[in-house]
Amino acid sequence: MSMILGLYNYWIVIVLMMIGFYIIIAHGHLIKKIVGLNIFQTSVFIFYISLGKVEGGTAPIWQEGILLYSNPLPHVLILTAIVVGIATTALGLALTIRLKEAYGTIDEDEIQAMDNQAMDNQDKESKPC
Amino acid sequence: MLAHLPILQVIVPLMAAPACLILRRPQLVWMFTLLASALAFIISILLLQQVMQTGTISYELGGWSPPWGIEYRIDKLNAFIALIISGVSTVVLLAAQTSIEKEIPQDKHTLFYILYLLSLTGMLGIVTTGDAFNVFVFLEISSLSAYSLIALGRDRRALWASFQYLIMGTIGATFILIGIGLMYQMTGTLNMADLATRLPEVAETRTVTTAYVFFIVGVCLKLALFPLHLWLPNAYAHAPSIVTAFFAATSTKVAAYLLIRFTFSIFGVSFSFTTLPMETLFLGLGLLGIFVASTVAIYQDNIKHVFAYSSVAQIGYMIVGFSMSTNAGLSAMLLHVFNHALMKGALFLALGAVLYRVGSTQLRDFQGLGRQMPLTMPAIVLAGLSLIGVPLTVGFVSKWYLVVAAIEKGWWPVAGLVLLASLLAVVYVWRIVETAYFKAPVVGKELVQEAPMTFLIPVWILVSANVYFGIDTRISVDIATAAAQSLFGVVP
Repeated sequence: MSMILGLYNYWIVIVLMMIGFYIIIAHGHLIKKIVGLNIFQTSVFIFYISLGKVEGGTAPIWQEGILLYSNPLPHVLILTAIVVGIATTALGLALTIRLKEAYGTIDEDEIQAMDNQAMDNQDKESKPC
Repeated sequence: MLAHLPILQVIVPLMAAPACLILRRPQLVWMFTLLASALAFIISILLLQQVMQTGTISYELGGWSPPWGIEYRIDKLNAFIALIISGVSTVVLLAAQTSIEKEIPQDKHTLFYILYLLSLTGMLGIVTTGDAFNVFVFLEISSLSAYSLIALGRDRRALWASFQYLIMGTIGATFILIGIGLMYQMTGTLNMADLATRLPEVAETRTVTTAYVFFIVGVCLKLALFPLHLWLPNAYAHAPSIVTAFFAATSTKVAAYLLIRFTFSIFGVSFSFTTLPMETLFLGLGLLGIFVASTVAIYQDNIKHVFAYSSVAQIGYMIVGFSMSTNAGLSAMLLHVFNHALMKGALFLALGAVLYRVGSTQLRDFQGLGRQMPLTMPAIVLAGLSLIGVPLTVGFVSKWYLVVAAIEKGWWPVAGLVLLASLLAVVYVWRIVETAYFKAPVVGKELVQEAPMTFLIPVWILVSANVYFGIDTRISVDIATAAAQSLFGVVP
């Protein structure tokens, strides 16, 4: 029982990670893929923040009379990772807009089908040579 | 000034990137980018010289001493890789202005150079830093700019390739982040040298194994090791030619560097090759990659796809060398990292020249090019021969060292398979030679001219490097063996 309750934050991390990963793999909708990617990354953020928690420690702001602080380093690291995550999301969304303009759809299978068709046409053109 | 070289290596391209915005005129921006890249190249030469003479350089960022502050640590291995990256980048840039004229709209030229410089910054940063989290940050700098660069391709398929790479790349980078987090959890440090001393104490725990596995899977995604290579062929085929030439020669090398650095200097050989079955795994994947990717390459009609799949196969050779975990195997791998950068740089740049004149890189459009482009096609042939591993080219040198290393280790079948796989390269290179030299030009394409000098000069610089380092192997072999020896703690 303590395995589940005592480490509940890590269990949440694992569950979120798997949900995100599953969405990325299973969904063909590009926006949903980006959402999945976000959930996946967020789980890692929670993991890092969990690392920094010291039992009984308070927020790492210096104050008289307090001796035990949580470790601020993982928080700082994850601030950087959040910025990276935002940049990735922004780029992914921008690409989705461009894809919609170019293909008229944002469904993975439809885009792939159009590309395959373009490939086949090229092959047909090259046959007579 | 000399004491600050390790940070200048990264800062110069980083600061040059936003400065491009001030210049505005594409021609000026190009010269400026070239200057910045050349500076980075000179710095990496100086660093390599310094390291070869005096040993590892440690640089404290902002004066904070390691392991608390971020440390930049230059040894023989990363000085060598930084040299490859900045060198290829500079040579490829020579052709950039001409090449992107036809591939990228005029108003995006400045942005192209900014992204190029940021990508260069990221790669050089990954290589020079001595801090595990810094690796992740630089990895994302180089990846995010890489996705945008690939999306600049003129075909709409470039967008799709870029999106797929974004998804795969982000998963890879997040895996690396998880790996680093677990390492931090077990040791309380992010400094690589510090990690190397503290990890063995806790090596028996499951957390450390998990950390290693997450990290390696993430790196292998970036490396495009065989079953994780799916993003690579389309990304290389549809990106602008300059981008392909630059990335094919450098970006997978950076991942190869990370693989070596974390496996050999941080986790240590005894952990990764004795506790974990990395030898079998990497050997199997490497060989599979060589054969599957080479076979697929034979059936491609777009020459950019051919060489993209061939890149996946060449990564297989590197991984075979890696899996031996011996001094000789690692030297062979490092040599191949260097040599492959020269070959693929030359090939993709020459393909860029073909695209510039012909407007396509489909195999059928190569008909008659042997006569129409009498300087570009021999370059492709020579670089192709190097890819096969014909004597007097660099390809031969690295295959030779790889085979010798395999025999030394007693892996006779592996040596045989490596040689056999070279025959597959003969097939796909021959298809191009046959089409270019023995077929008449297509109707309507009789007037194709030789590529402009701005293409020919960098292409032939790379091709002559292919031949030069194939004959005079002293420099490349010396550095590669010295770097490999330093990883095994043998002082030469």
